[in-house]
Amino acid sequence: MFKKILIANRGEIACRVIKTARKMGIQTVAIYSDADKNALHVKMADEAVHIGPPQANQSYIVIDKVMDAIRQTKAEAVHPGYGFLSENKLFAEALAKEGVAFIGPPAGAIESMGDKITSKKIAQEAGVSIVPGNMGLIKDADEAVKISGEIGYPVMIKASAGGGGKGMRIAWNDDEAREGFQSSKNEAANSFGDDRIFIEKFVTQPRHIEIQVLADAHGNCIYLGERECSIQRRNQKVIEEAPSPFLDEATRKAMGEQSCALAKAVGYTSAGTVEFIVDGDRNFYFLEMNTRLQVEHPVTELITGVDLVEQMIRVANGEKLSMTQDDVKLNGWAMESRLYAEDPYRNFLPSIGRLTRYRPPAEIVDDTHVVRNDTGVFEGGEISMYYDPMIAKLCTWGPDRAQAIDHMRNALDAFELEGIGHNLPFLSAVMDHPKFTSGNITTAFIEEEYPDGFQGVTLPDADLKRLAAAAAAMYRVAEIRRTRVSGRMDNHERKVGDNWVVLIDGHEMPVTIAADHDGATVHFDDSSTHRVVSGWTPGDSLALLQIDKTPMIVKVGKVSGGFRLRFRGADLAIKVYSPRQAELARLMPEKVAPDTSKMLLCPMPGLIVSLAVDVGDEVQEGQALCTIEAMKMENILRAERKTVVSKINAAAGDNLAVDDVIMEFE
Amino acid sequence: MKDILQELEERRENARLGGGQRRIDAHHGKGKLTARERIELLLDEGSFEEFDMFVAHRCNDFGMDAERPAGDGVVTGWGTINGRIVYVFSQDFTVFGGSLSETHSQKICKIMDMALQNGAPVIGLNDSGGARIQEGVMSLAGYADVFQRNVIASGVVPQISVIMGPCAGGAVYSPAMTDFIFMVKDTSYMFVTGPDVVKTVTNEVVTAEELGGASTHTKKSSVADKAFENDVEAMAEVRRLVDFLPLNNREKPPVRPFFDDPARIDDSLDTLVPENPNTPYDMKELIIKLADEGDFYEIQEEFAKNIITGFIRLEGSTVGVVANQPVVLAGCLDIDSSRKAGRFVRFCDAFEIPILTLVDVPGFLPGTSQEYNGVIKHGAKLLFAYSEATVPKVTVITRKAYGGAYVVMASKHLRGDFNYAWPTAEIAVMGAKGATEILYRSELDDPEKIAARAAEYEERFANPFVAAEKGFVDEVIMPHSTRRRVCRAFASLRNKKLQNPWKKHDNIPL
Repeated sequence: MFKKILIANRGEIACRVIKTARKMGIQTVAIYSDADKNALHVKMADEAVHIGPPQANQSYIVIDKVMDAIRQTKAEAVHPGYGFLSENKLFAEALAKEGVAFIGPPAGAIESMGDKITSKKIAQEAGVSIVPGNMGLIKDADEAVKISGEIGYPVMIKASAGGGGKGMRIAWNDDEAREGFQSSKNEAANSFGDDRIFIEKFVTQPRHIEIQVLADAHGNCIYLGERECSIQRRNQKVIEEAPSPFLDEATRKAMGEQSCALAKAVGYTSAGTVEFIVDGDRNFYFLEMNTRLQVEHPVTELITGVDLVEQMIRVANGEKLSMTQDDVKLNGWAMESRLYAEDPYRNFLPSIGRLTRYRPPAEIVDDTHVVRNDTGVFEGGEISMYYDPMIAKLCTWGPDRAQAIDHMRNALDAFELEGIGHNLPFLSAVMDHPKFTSGNITTAFIEEEYPDGFQGVTLPDADLKRLAAAAAAMYRVAEIRRTRVSGRMDNHERKVGDNWVVLIDGHEMPVTIAADHDGATVHFDDSSTHRVVSGWTPGDSLALLQIDKTPMIVKVGKVSGGFRLRFRGADLAIKVYSPRQAELARLMPEKVAPDTSKMLLCPMPGLIVSLAVDVGDEVQEGQALCTIEAMKMENILRAERKTVVSKINAAAGDNLAVDDVIMEFE
Repeated sequence: MKDILQELEERRENARLGGGQRRIDAHHGKGKLTARERIELLLDEGSFEEFDMFVAHRCNDFGMDAERPAGDGVVTGWGTINGRIVYVFSQDFTVFGGSLSETHSQKICKIMDMALQNGAPVIGLNDSGGARIQEGVMSLAGYADVFQRNVIASGVVPQISVIMGPCAGGAVYSPAMTDFIFMVKDTSYMFVTGPDVVKTVTNEVVTAEELGGASTHTKKSSVADKAFENDVEAMAEVRRLVDFLPLNNREKPPVRPFFDDPARIDDSLDTLVPENPNTPYDMKELIIKLADEGDFYEIQEEFAKNIITGFIRLEGSTVGVVANQPVVLAGCLDIDSSRKAGRFVRFCDAFEIPILTLVDVPGFLPGTSQEYNGVIKHGAKLLFAYSEATVPKVTVITRKAYGGAYVVMASKHLRGDFNYAWPTAEIAVMGAKGATEILYRSELDDPEKIAARAAEYEERFANPFVAAEKGFVDEVIMPHSTRRRVCRAFASLRNKKLQNPWKKHDNIPL
């Protein structure tokens, strides 16, 4: 076995590989850029080599620098992770030349699968189902009808030069094919000055399902089931699961066998992924093969019990697979949520900065419950602008899909993340979405279900009541503590009442709290009750509650006269008032949010270093507008709301005084 | 007998109605609570004991004798906030617009005298049109009596003013002399002369809100310490502040049970100070991570943001925090921040509240506007305040402590009890670049030489160890253990006794 391997990557995947290597008794070498000097992967590795400035194209993907690090540390093998050099044929070749093992497939396989057309051709030859279509150009409407009939309806008629939906028509029958051909052609001619048209199968209700394969250098190849990755936003996977809620055993077997056939056809070794698009009738079509470890590989590991990184290392070491296809048993259900530093309330705008708080849920492994968090960050660490905005991959496993989802809901509720914008609430929202929980999903899920972006979550009334009960019980605890302050008048202490009014999400809920040693029973005015038990004490930012014996994990923040509670993607400012306070609060006018100024004023005397926008640009709330240097410090000014820049009054290099107008908005 | 009891009840009912239901409704219509409703929210339920409910004015001019409402436009008395005694007056705008008469003022003076005698805070809820013009000089005398008591009480019992409606003319000077002024957004304003007079005299056209609203006074003038959304929130937050304050200058600050380990380690603080010395970081993160339960009551949050002031608790006990904020103006000292922090330090010292100072200061802000406006004297206020303070003083230097600003920020030289520095601290006369430009002026045209000199200077001084060798820094500490170190430092200072020589009073550069 290798004594030392180098991980040519950063972030969570580098940490992930180091974990397995350590388990196998292999020494590890990390590489890092300037931006990653304090990164987790550097701390975890036995050795670390600095390889340059933050930009990946000057560090992580510079083959020479990585090769230098290998020579310097005498690493015997390299795991490339994903991204960066993982599918770079030149890198694989460079390693081979130096006699260093590449923990991945042969260069030839990388090359042939790296090209869309070649890979499709090879796949077709290997008997893999590909999207039926005509690579050739269509002459006229008659030919369009003929070819459409051959492919089978529905078909997509596409302009060769097309894009953005222009010159595209879907046809369900001959008439539509004829008509569609003509209109596509005209539109393409007008839009692109290029009226070449081709036709391919239109995949309805498309799902993205991929097969994990594992092959050794001795001609053995097995498949480890599939992963469903249909929950995507702009082709970026967000939630993955294994197995797919959609596949049946026969389809799985067919897809698996075809995938292995393809792997064998290209002489594949190591772990690889064959991606398919699957339609509503379980027809599946080859998309591409990823010749590396996928981001979402943990879900496969959770249902198969196979450590894919370990297998990759063993295969790279020339070992035979220790298992056969018959040994592969899919057990239970696994979910993965990708936590991104993207603010869902600001149209998923990437967010960078310091993780002032980063407390993932506790990792759990037991018979019915697994929580696994793959991450490369830590509290106090930085999400930098140079790399992928992924913070962590939170995975859960349960005996079935419903339990895996339920574990995920709780794990997301328990995940504390502050300092930057992140998509936790959005992930929670998807976990509660009826279409998602029913398994009825397609790659258009996010687009269709959140057409105007993510507006937050409205909780069902039952949840609001449970939260109200929790808030009331917690508030009472906090108020009682306040009465324990020193200096009070003996015998005239404040008695904290049992009657409260909880204001939550526009509802006013009067409650009566009957507290005892173990918890509190909260009575509502409709004579229903909730029993609240928890060890929460004032200041705890996470409340682990039992409401009517059901666990409820709530993030607790500070709000005058109440709490900020976050639960299942909802973010609520809750007030807990005494009945009299509530009565008087009703007299208070509803305040309209003040009209945020239509100007960006210079907040301090300083020098404009750069402007990040131009006139006419649409900017999102929180987007950087310009950078001002004052007292030798650079300060980034950001948009307070979504708007359009109508005028810019300053230029880089200008010296400004306080309240000078830098730019104006529409 | 029964009739007599009944009569009392009726008289009370009448007094509680203040200016009558119609005026109460109009008052509510403006989004304001009545004087009594405010007291109900301010004090523990049922704890209010009223004085002088039946006091009526004595004016007979201008037909005033026709209407002599019980209470005369102000509700006074005492009660408790979480069981601790406070005295309260609350002006009733429904009675003659809350205007101040001779008797109105006497009611306020009565509770102020009692507060002073009994060592309890005074909270004034201001909502008044001003002097009762019909009473003429009697009304002015009334103001003067209140002013005099504000001054006598200053530094003896905490005085808190909440502006919950108009507060104009001479009336502003009573709140002005109290320890804290809070305002309610959109419904309160304060000014010496109103928009009409301003227009007549200076031709400036300005609204009452622009001239003296909550935003003006919290952001521009710094007259107010905080602004709240509405009356309900204002009362809740005043309660929260009172929980931090001692009842008087002879008592220790309050202690309450806490749920946060004083030895809590926070590893994330090890990365708080960025590698690049010119990159700002948010000092509030440090304050919140040091505080018990992350609870921070900030004072003057909206003004002079380059310095942060406010209260936290350590081991349940109140501590005042002063901290440079690198995010704003690099955390430099200037006129506004010196005034803001100077006043805060003096409040803490007057009321035996220990002071924690967090330092990252590149120096004083240069410029003509600073010099012309007297940064020398204003900067001296903070220096003076720290120097005279005898309360426990613990200081942590996180990064820059340059020049005179280093000395000002509760340095060891100003009787600092514990002066800690993080390993990232740089204690020097100035930054390396500036220093080399002065020391090696003759080499200025050789950038290479200068760069080497700067590196040399940085190597020598950009660390806490030179100061530590001299004992100006007591100990260089790990950022992650700051809470534990600071808690233990204050714990060791609980019996600190230090007295300045007797004097009539000092002569701080006002």
